[in-house]
Amino acid sequence: MAQITLTKIAKRFVTDGRSVDALKDVSLELTDGEFICVVGHSGCGKTTLLNILAGFLRPTAGQILVDGISREKSDVSIGVVFQEYALFPWRTALENIAFGLEMDGLAKAEARTKARHFLELVHLGDFADAYPHQLSGGMRQRVAVARALAYEPGLLLMDEPFGALDAQTRERLQSMTQEIWLATQKTIFYVTHNISEAVFLGERVVIMRPKPGHIHDIVKIDLPRPRDPLADDFVHVQRQITKALSDQG
Amino acid sequence: MAQDVYMAEEELTPSETKSASKAVASSFLSNLFPFLVLAVVWEAVVKMQIFPPVLMPSLGRVFETFWKMLLNGTLFMHLGASVSRLLVGFAIGSAIGIGLGLVMGQSRFAEKFFQPLLSALMPIPSLAWIPLFVLWFGLGNTATIAVIIFAAALPIAFNTWTGVKTANPVLIRAAHSMKCRGAKMFLKVILPASLAMIFTGLRIGLSQSWRALVAGEMLAATSWGLGFAIFDAREFLATDAMLVMVITIGFVGFLIVSVLFGFVEKHTVVKWGMLQEVGA
Repeated sequence: MAQITLTKIAKRFVTDGRSVDALKDVSLELTDGEFICVVGHSGCGKTTLLNILAGFLRPTAGQILVDGISREKSDVSIGVVFQEYALFPWRTALENIAFGLEMDGLAKAEARTKARHFLELVHLGDFADAYPHQLSGGMRQRVAVARALAYEPGLLLMDEPFGALDAQTRERLQSMTQEIWLATQKTIFYVTHNISEAVFLGERVVIMRPKPGHIHDIVKIDLPRPRDPLADDFVHVQRQITKALSDQG
Repeated sequence: MAQDVYMAEEELTPSETKSASKAVASSFLSNLFPFLVLAVVWEAVVKMQIFPPVLMPSLGRVFETFWKMLLNGTLFMHLGASVSRLLVGFAIGSAIGIGLGLVMGQSRFAEKFFQPLLSALMPIPSLAWIPLFVLWFGLGNTATIAVIIFAAALPIAFNTWTGVKTANPVLIRAAHSMKCRGAKMFLKVILPASLAMIFTGLRIGLSQSWRALVAGEMLAATSWGLGFAIFDAREFLATDAMLVMVITIGFVGFLIVSVLFGFVEKHTVVKWGMLQEVGA
């Protein structure tokens, strides 16, 4: 479990002498066990922020503290679910999930036993020996979620994880994600451009806007779970966020 | 990777293994047909006697010679000499090629150093080196094997390097997030991710070596080998024996490259969906 504090994070990309400010002055606190969603149009820096949290990118300025220790020094383990599946094609579903456990030093047999538990958590117990290319998009993404959870990371980062899936599959995986969160109380940082998804899942929704990427507003969602996307108060919050995303000034 | 194919949730791709053997049989038959046509045309030209029979033997005569050479063992002696040279040269060449390609893919410095060299050497036919190698190493095995190493190593290095450079960065990030680093990252992620390209390199390298071998034997071999035998048969106007060797070279080359690699690929990159099965 992890408490994460971002203070005045900035990221500048320099390509061919032209510099672009992807993020400026981003400060944010993630409390332990929180489900936080980040919405924004493309170019608002939401994925850059996720990549910085994941350790794939270094911020140009600012500080990240994980349980009071700086991000580079902290040995917090982080699970990442990517939009593009990112499963290893040469490993079966079970072996994919076991990967992180093997990296943690577990023996192969032990890693497999534990991986099987997580495979069942995402209802894919029958597909242990299937290779990723034999699975549908939704099934692949469930394996990816199980893989990111299996080594019990303190923080789970999800980068538009269900963006490439059809509407029904996406809804089912959203519910599954919610159930997993309720059961495990992981800190989840969830990036999406789908406002309804953010309102359905998040305890707080961070609204980001571009040029340079910054946090425009943070909306707390107080609706009881499971939330009904057709209920009046749900639609009201959704409209409020949509407006905040596109407002001038 | 075949991840853009949309499939309904819960639906698996149907296993196509059952129809596979049927497909192989029918593709074998349809591939055989052009050869039958070629044989008929050959026989017709022979019958018209455009070339004297001693220069253009009938297929029956070629088969007779094949049978004779098969029974008295000379064919196997030539084939054995050639294949053992090939194996030695190709093994060394692929070790060098894969090693070089991996180092180039991992180290910016090695890449900058070797890339211009590879680009300059690639277009030179390996045949061009043979006279030089004969002067350096003398007639015999060493010169021939040196050419094979050369012919194999270049395309293998090039493809391995490309494979490492084009390994899906998302997979590397995913592994990184699971604390995979250093040698483990290399062995468990980068290497399998570039395997399809490495196999492509090995395929090209092997067919190049096979050609280099025959050419090398023509110019450098002393007593045995298919290439040597063709050149030797010319002295006796033994066109039937020459054709037997040529056909053997084609057939064995096909067997090694397609059947052997087809098998290895079927159980790795094709099984993993990283490469569509060739000819299926």
